[in-house]
Amino acid sequence: MASLQHSPAIKDAKVLMVGAGGIGCELLKTLALSGFQDIHIIDMDTIEVSNLNRQFLFRQSHVGQSKAKVARDAVLKFRPHISITPYHANVKDPSFNVDFFKQFNVVLNGLDNLDARRHVNRLCLAADVPLVESGTTGFLGQVTVHVKGKTECYECQPKPAPKSYPVCTITSTPSKFVHCIVWAKDLLFAKLFGDKNQDNDLNVRSGDVASSSEHADDAFEQRKDEDVEHYRRRIYDHVFAHNIEVALSNEETWKNRNKPRPIYSKDVLSDKLSQQNGTVDGSSATDNLPSLSAMTSLGLKNPQDVWNLMENSRVFLEALKLFLVNRKKEVGNLTFDKDDQLAVEFVTAAANIRAASFGIPLHSLFEAKGIAGNIVHAVATTNAIVAGLIVIEAIKVLEKNTDAYRMTYCLEHPSRKMLLMPVEPFEPNKSCYVCFKTPLTLEINTRRSKLRDFVEKIVKAKLGMSYPLIMVGHALLYEFGDDLDEDMVKNYSANLEKVKSLLCVSKRFLKGQLVSFLFPLFFWKKALMMMIWSFSHFYYFQVLSELPSPVMGGTILQVEDLQQEFTCNISVKHREEFDEEKEPDEMVLSGLTEAPSMAKDDNHSIGNGGSTSNALSADITEAKTDVEVEEISDGTEYIHSGKKRKLPEVSQATKDVSDDETRNHKNVEKLDDEDDDIVMLDHPDVDNQKKQRLQ
Amino acid sequence: MNSRILQPNMRPLTSPNFTGFSNVIRFVLSLFATGARLRIFRFTSFLSNSIELKVVSAQLTSVRAFDFSIFSSLSFFVRFPAINHYLYRLGLNMDGEELTEQETALYDRQIRVWGADAQRRLSKSHILVCGMKGTVAEFCKNIVLAGVGSVTLVDDRVVTEEALSANFLIPPDESVYGGRTVAEICGDSLREFNPMVSVSVQKGDISSFGGDFFDKFNVVVISCCSAGTKKLINDKCRKLSKRVAFYTVDCRDSCGEIFVDLQSYKYSKKKLGETVECEIQYPRLEDAISVPWKVLPKKVSKLYFAMRVIESFEEAEGRKAGEITIGDLPALLKLRKEICETQSLNESHVPSILLERLVMGAREFPPACAVIGGILGQEVIKAISGKGDPLKNFFFFDAMDGKGIIEDISNEPPNK
Ligand SMILES: [Zn+2]
Repeated sequence: MASLQHSPAIKDAKVLMVGAGGIGCELLKTLALSGFQDIHIIDMDTIEVSNLNRQFLFRQSHVGQSKAKVARDAVLKFRPHISITPYHANVKDPSFNVDFFKQFNVVLNGLDNLDARRHVNRLCLAADVPLVESGTTGFLGQVTVHVKGKTECYECQPKPAPKSYPVCTITSTPSKFVHCIVWAKDLLFAKLFGDKNQDNDLNVRSGDVASSSEHADDAFEQRKDEDVEHYRRRIYDHVFAHNIEVALSNEETWKNRNKPRPIYSKDVLSDKLSQQNGTVDGSSATDNLPSLSAMTSLGLKNPQDVWNLMENSRVFLEALKLFLVNRKKEVGNLTFDKDDQLAVEFVTAAANIRAASFGIPLHSLFEAKGIAGNIVHAVATTNAIVAGLIVIEAIKVLEKNTDAYRMTYCLEHPSRKMLLMPVEPFEPNKSCYVCFKTPLTLEINTRRSKLRDFVEKIVKAKLGMSYPLIMVGHALLYEFGDDLDEDMVKNYSANLEKVKSLLCVSKRFLKGQLVSFLFPLFFWKKALMMMIWSFSHFYYFQVLSELPSPVMGGTILQVEDLQQEFTCNISVKHREEFDEEKEPDEMVLSGLTEAPSMAKDDNHSIGNGGSTSNALSADITEAKTDVEVEEISDGTEYIHSGKKRKLPEVSQATKDVSDDETRNHKNVEKLDDEDDDIVMLDHPDVDNQKKQRLQ
Repeated sequence: MNSRILQPNMRPLTSPNFTGFSNVIRFVLSLFATGARLRIFRFTSFLSNSIELKVVSAQLTSVRAFDFSIFSSLSFFVRFPAINHYLYRLGLNMDGEELTEQETALYDRQIRVWGADAQRRLSKSHILVCGMKGTVAEFCKNIVLAGVGSVTLVDDRVVTEEALSANFLIPPDESVYGGRTVAEICGDSLREFNPMVSVSVQKGDISSFGGDFFDKFNVVVISCCSAGTKKLINDKCRKLSKRVAFYTVDCRDSCGEIFVDLQSYKYSKKKLGETVECEIQYPRLEDAISVPWKVLPKKVSKLYFAMRVIESFEEAEGRKAGEITIGDLPALLKLRKEICETQSLNESHVPSILLERLVMGAREFPPACAVIGGILGQEVIKAISGKGDPLKNFFFFDAMDGKGIIEDISNEPPNK
């Protein structure tokens, strides 16, 4: 390697970049300057204002446009004669399959989330294309090289596991501000403004669950002749006073803890004061529809200020009112969004009031937004450095200079005089379930857990598969998205109960052979579709041990993702009891290269669905259902294979339903054609059904 | 009086019609009246005969907004001779201790890294940069994105193919050069990156500028200059009453070097939950490089010695910085031998192969520029914001081994 700079490999290389965000912009620029001629770039994101401080290829006027396309145009301005092919698409899109990947000499990742990284890793392994992987957080960064058979794959090493909080910490015994944020965002916000049918643990578990929960649920409904003013005060008192009082009544809980203080709205706000609010915002709120803000109507300006209890209470009541009055239409199907100013204000205020109740220090809106919105710390310099290092590794990979491959860590504090620390890459991990296909072990209660639990919590969340297919021996147990109705996916949980009851009914009908003429009488078309859907997914809600090919201790499950061309085997171990706090999923998957959750102090915790790198990260679909928060474990050192490693890495779990919408859409039409296809009921074997459909 | 169209993004970020060229006319008027040079940089609602202008100068402590009819405005500028040096910034309240909404939105992610306080200090800092090659272009991009107050560029070269090679701030389109200097063309590109940062160009020979010129800056970064010039400027900065952070940076082939002089630098850092006050003493460039080689720790980066040998060669031969080719290698190796003998250092510390790479690779390696420009950007941000441990006092990067190493080369041995 006489000179990296004049390597002939550069000119002929065809390079795929995944991600055009913080690292991506820098990378594209450096590739172009270094003489690369044929660059393809995939990014599904559009440009946002908060990207502009480091994604220097983008301008204010580009906000809302495709990152990949704008980045291409910007780079062509200073290197007009090279070829850059942009794709404004999700890298998980089925068109980016193994054949697509095979056309490239090297793949360079500038991604922001674990899910996509794992996906690209598997495709690179399947296509046998080298991968240069990267990530940054603040001043920390890393670049690693993954060449099949030569170095470890991206998933050979443990990734910090998502940090999840026990439900009761969130509902009853918060001790950190992040607990209050999770409570305000995932419980209170969801309860008040989200889907009413969602499971919600908002109310404190008290002695007699049955009676109190019934009463409590009523409390969140606005009564018929109740005005907003009364309703919002009642909600305030219910969640910040009543629920605390209920919790306090459980003496056991507070033996070794500081007791929380119930906060009543009348103690914090004089009636006069809140009346005044009422009149002021009444006028301003109507003027200012596009950007509703409780802060604005209350005259609070600086998002860096920490509001006192009274200010928080006013923001809380004001935000609640603005939601109920000015955004009435959205109430009932809102989900928390960090870019929704009013939602951030509401969550900040609610979390702060709760924090005050529990003696936890209050935080500013700016800080709360960071925690709640899982905002990743990012600066331009680290991205630039990392991009430079990626290109250096890419050139070595193109030259097949195996001995020179390095993984490099950018450190904030020098270690052995080094700010940039190159480390020889590790060999593939022989127990890696991805590149060595080592079987995994799953401990699960096969008599209680359903197929759905396995698919959602293990196959999608833990194994990172998008299009899974599950087999036991030769029997197909499950195939993703084959015949899901698009609406049903969206209203998934809402419909769950209906579907179940329909199932009961239809089961009875089946026995009586009444299907043929009674169905048209009782069900209209939509219900019929739901029937078909539910039958094809009959086993989805079935307990594992009762499936046609029963899953029990000793069963080997073969889980496959067709797009990733990745298969792994899971051997099942039956287990009766699980620790409710430590193993809330009631499943333990081992053999996965996953590190023990390395919780650091809350300074670094960044909320739900955290991500490593940069920019792109901002727009991650959030994992909604589980109350879990992930933490950054930047620079946490631990020993592996006798060598010291640093992993300034954050992982995240993402559920991505929207990707599959197009696919599902097709299936809706298909279902329509098959309206009268109740014959399927005669073949409740899922395996056969699928095969029929495919014909 | 000359005028030209300014970049489209000089309007505040909140303006609804930000992208529209048609209803916004912005241009720069550079007036040379009674020694004052002024620029109008923002016209809004041209048709309604209203100009909103904000001028911030080094003397003015607050942003002043004026609303004029288009006709009276011109005469106003001629009657405004008191300002000798000024800086303009949009949408920023220099008086207040608070960041504007626009700044908070734009800098959101980095405020989460270094805090609002550091961001405020950044926005009030003024930076002088000399020698616009690839590494410096990277550095400028980084600090402009970070949101410093102003950047002043010095580089009177005209654009050559060599100047283009690693510098993404220069478009390869000769039609835009129009006899303008590298600094002027780079300035145009930089302005686009962040409308809240003022970018200006200073013409002339940097070594002839007096102390009062350097006094206007908080940070001075020198590149592509002879060792003599660097030392000279370093000393000029040292003589000023206020502390000016001084840096040099150079990149050859895939190697680079950064030198830092923060004089006496005090900062606070968090250690085990407590805030500790720290103070670091830096030597001048001249003092640092005259530390006898034999007293340096054994493992000092070979790049340090190699760069000094090349510097000595250029100085002895009366060459400009970087004016050295492979043909000079034999003479260079001879010089190495002499220096190593006087310094009683084994020649193996300055490998021939390394010297050969350095003299052959006159052009910078773009990935190395990105790395070194990134590190320099980080260091300058640290020095301005007072957050984080600054490096003392040399940094070396070599893409061949991938190491980015800090070396402390000062009069007193570091581990004393
Ligand atoms: Zn592996």
